[in-house]
Amino acid sequence: MLKALNLENINKSYGSIQALRDINLTISDGEFFSLLGPSGSGKTTCLKVIAGFEAPDEGSVVIFDQEVTNIPPFKRQVNTVFQDYALFPHMNVRQNVGYSLKVQKLKGPSIEKSIDEILEIVNLTGYDFRKPSELSGGQRQRVALARALVNKPKILLLDEPLGALDLKLREKMQIELKNIQRQFKITFIYVTHDQQEALSMSDRIAVFNDGKIEQVDTPANIYSKPINSFVADFIGTTSIFDKVSAMNLFNLDSAFSVRPENVLIFDKEKDLIGINKNEYFIANGTVIDCQFQGSHLKITFSTDANSKLSAFKSLEGNINQIYDVNSKHLIAWKRSDITILNE
Amino acid sequence: MLFKKGSINKLNQAGLGLRFGAIAGLLFLHIPLLLIILYAFTTEDKSYQFPPPGYTLKWFEVVLNRQDIWNAVGLSMRIAIISTFVAIILGTLAAGALYKKSFFGKSSITILIILPIALPGIITGISLRSTFGVMGIPFSTWTIIIGHATFCMVVVYNNVVARLRRTSPNLIQASMDLGANNLQTFFYVILPNMGTAILAGGMLAFALSFDEVIVTTFTAGQQTTLPIWMFSELIRPRQRPITNVVAVFIMFITFIPIVFASYMASKTSESEGSTK
Amino acid sequence: MNNFLDSFSNFAFRNKNFIFLSFLIIPLLWLGVVYLGSLLIFLGHSFFHLDGFTGQIVYEFSFKTLLELFSSPANIDILIRTVVLAACVTIGSAIIGFPIAYYMAKFTSPKVKIFLFIAIMLPLWSSYLVRVYSWKLILAKEGIINWFFEKLNLEWLLDSILSTPVIGGPSLSISYIGMFLVFTYIWLPFMILPIQASLERVPNSLINASHDLGANKRQTFYKVILPLALPGVIAGSIFTFSLTLGDYIIPYIIGTSKFFIGQAVYTHQGTAGNIPLAAAFSLVPILVMVIYIYCAKRMGAFDAL
Repeated sequence: MLKALNLENINKSYGSIQALRDINLTISDGEFFSLLGPSGSGKTTCLKVIAGFEAPDEGSVVIFDQEVTNIPPFKRQVNTVFQDYALFPHMNVRQNVGYSLKVQKLKGPSIEKSIDEILEIVNLTGYDFRKPSELSGGQRQRVALARALVNKPKILLLDEPLGALDLKLREKMQIELKNIQRQFKITFIYVTHDQQEALSMSDRIAVFNDGKIEQVDTPANIYSKPINSFVADFIGTTSIFDKVSAMNLFNLDSAFSVRPENVLIFDKEKDLIGINKNEYFIANGTVIDCQFQGSHLKITFSTDANSKLSAFKSLEGNINQIYDVNSKHLIAWKRSDITILNE
Repeated sequence: MLFKKGSINKLNQAGLGLRFGAIAGLLFLHIPLLLIILYAFTTEDKSYQFPPPGYTLKWFEVVLNRQDIWNAVGLSMRIAIISTFVAIILGTLAAGALYKKSFFGKSSITILIILPIALPGIITGISLRSTFGVMGIPFSTWTIIIGHATFCMVVVYNNVVARLRRTSPNLIQASMDLGANNLQTFFYVILPNMGTAILAGGMLAFALSFDEVIVTTFTAGQQTTLPIWMFSELIRPRQRPITNVVAVFIMFITFIPIVFASYMASKTSESEGSTK
Repeated sequence: MNNFLDSFSNFAFRNKNFIFLSFLIIPLLWLGVVYLGSLLIFLGHSFFHLDGFTGQIVYEFSFKTLLELFSSPANIDILIRTVVLAACVTIGSAIIGFPIAYYMAKFTSPKVKIFLFIAIMLPLWSSYLVRVYSWKLILAKEGIINWFFEKLNLEWLLDSILSTPVIGGPSLSISYIGMFLVFTYIWLPFMILPIQASLERVPNSLINASHDLGANKRQTFYKVILPLALPGVIAGSIFTFSLTLGDYIIPYIIGTSKFFIGQAVYTHQGTAGNIPLAAAFSLVPILVMVIYIYCAKRMGAFDAL
């Protein structure tokens, strides 16, 4: 497969703060790739290095087999959708979208045609002569997208593009972005701190923490096979048992995590009859919180070894179920459902 | 229940005393300016009698035919335009260099920019005068311009820095990202965005230069700018009605740029406020 | 050509210091050499002195001139008079300016606010001389104030104000009270704007919280609004205080025959040709302001600028 981007041993620091540590990353052509991590984890700096706004202290950036480490942003066939959109406030929608064509000194009707086409794709036909200040947040977002796409870049970088939108609009734009990516068949590199967004849109995800990449994998693997406790904790809801409590409770010699949907809840000892005790971990739990979450309940238990554990209980059949705080239960999950964590 | 009807609304309304104080203050600021206009039409030419015994337009005609006043107006205009031009270049450059980067000595440079307007004009004036004297530079229009540009720079600087700080730094990155080199970015993005701020700063600089008297007094030699003419009339009033008309003229010529610049300033800060 | 521009752009993009320096160098040379150089040379003269017989400046380092400034009672009179007047003007403009600033910041619609903003900016930027002149018209014996008192049959009141020692005088236009009025009028906008800016930054929720916790309007004003507006008042007072200290035109046109610092500087450098003493006098407002600004900074006044 064609390599769209190759980062080799990228290091970058600002003064005493090391923003990127030994970043190695290869992204294939046409991938929807997410850089996921908490704020300050280095994902935006990584994006800036790819775009050319920041030069790495060490390492090389290769885009489609061309070494671009020292090439300025205006010479890279990479365009960016900025977090605050960075629309030129003095230009209308058409002028904003046509900017990259204008600075290349392109002339003739083909320019107008490309602008029309891209505006139609992002559903902004008819807004041509509005100023950014006269648009809603979602519309500004589309202008930023159209502006970055009109020049048909080889890679599109998106820096938390949906961060400023409300939940409903965000979900709608997620679908549209994915459609646009399929339509243009170009590589998207998407920076986000929202794990839900990364999981639902990406082909692959790189999880950033403290300037390092912790894990690169498909959403399914990131979710089900987190490589360490940071990834496990950051992606979705999970309960982590450290090495000590794992040893005390289950005589297991390493830390592990378990997803709440894999946890079963039993009221009494005799209810356990139906399961094969060799295949399960079983523990005592005391309810400390019970939240209604629509399709299910989220119940938080404290266990004997001072660990906390979350479990989902489907509300199918009986919507009015409730678990009283301080009531005691037995909790169990399959040995095969846990993820062993390397600290 | 214990509240009187409407007392909640009153918490968010200005009390009578406050309104009275605010209105009185505004009247205090503006009545003197209105009086100047009134006096331009008085028929009395020997004293400042109030209310004027009669009204006439003839002083405007007299001023129209006074070549010495027109010469002074022309000189003041020329000085104000050139000083503004120089101040725009210096102030914008300084703003571009200083708005973001922090480095050792930055606050000293900022103070240095503010100093010419913060120090009493007489100190700036005498300093420049003695330097011109020591260097053997003869007093001319250009010595006045050097003085004016020095204290007008800060006005442009302030306006441009304020705008730069409000502008998203991503705009410049976005422009480069979309393929524009430095020059294109400057002409297509930076300049149009800074344009109104530079214009507003320039207009204030013009108003400032046009009616400056103190620094001018020390850097002018034999030249008579309009404020210098006015100042000599203030010390020894010989042509009261003509002074009245000239005062109105100075007021109106600075009126337009000031209103424009303040409108721009308040307008941008308002629209910024509503989007964030 | 295009290639050159591109590679220049590339260079400039990678070498941000280059852009930065090329921007800074011209304004810095102008201010640092032309302005600051002149200023230091002039102020440096305060360490030289005038030869009493020849009337020539003796270019020898000494504290003679500074000693002369602080030992002659006449000079000390001038210094004290100026500082007291500047303090009075500052207090006066704070009292007159506060209600406008408060009203503007908290009780207006955006449209009215723009209007008021312009109404403050207009006198701030419009001709200083014209505004001083307007007070010559107002304070004159035959002017509007006398007319007003006459109409109300209150001439006795005006006369008794004018006959008060120190602040009075033969007429309003030749008295300290007249000077005080003109100075306050001229510098008032410099006081209003910083107060308004600092009040603007007091969130309304804070005022609501105070009401919510049981404070009435008066208590809220004194316990919440006034303390938070104080940095603005101090920032404004820097302007009113320093501008009054150095002015020589208003005392010249409105004042009595008694000198203020500005006039002393003017006279000593001009007719007397005593540049060292003029420089020494100039040092006083600068020193007073440095001390004042240092104290103000410690009270956080600069956040309101």
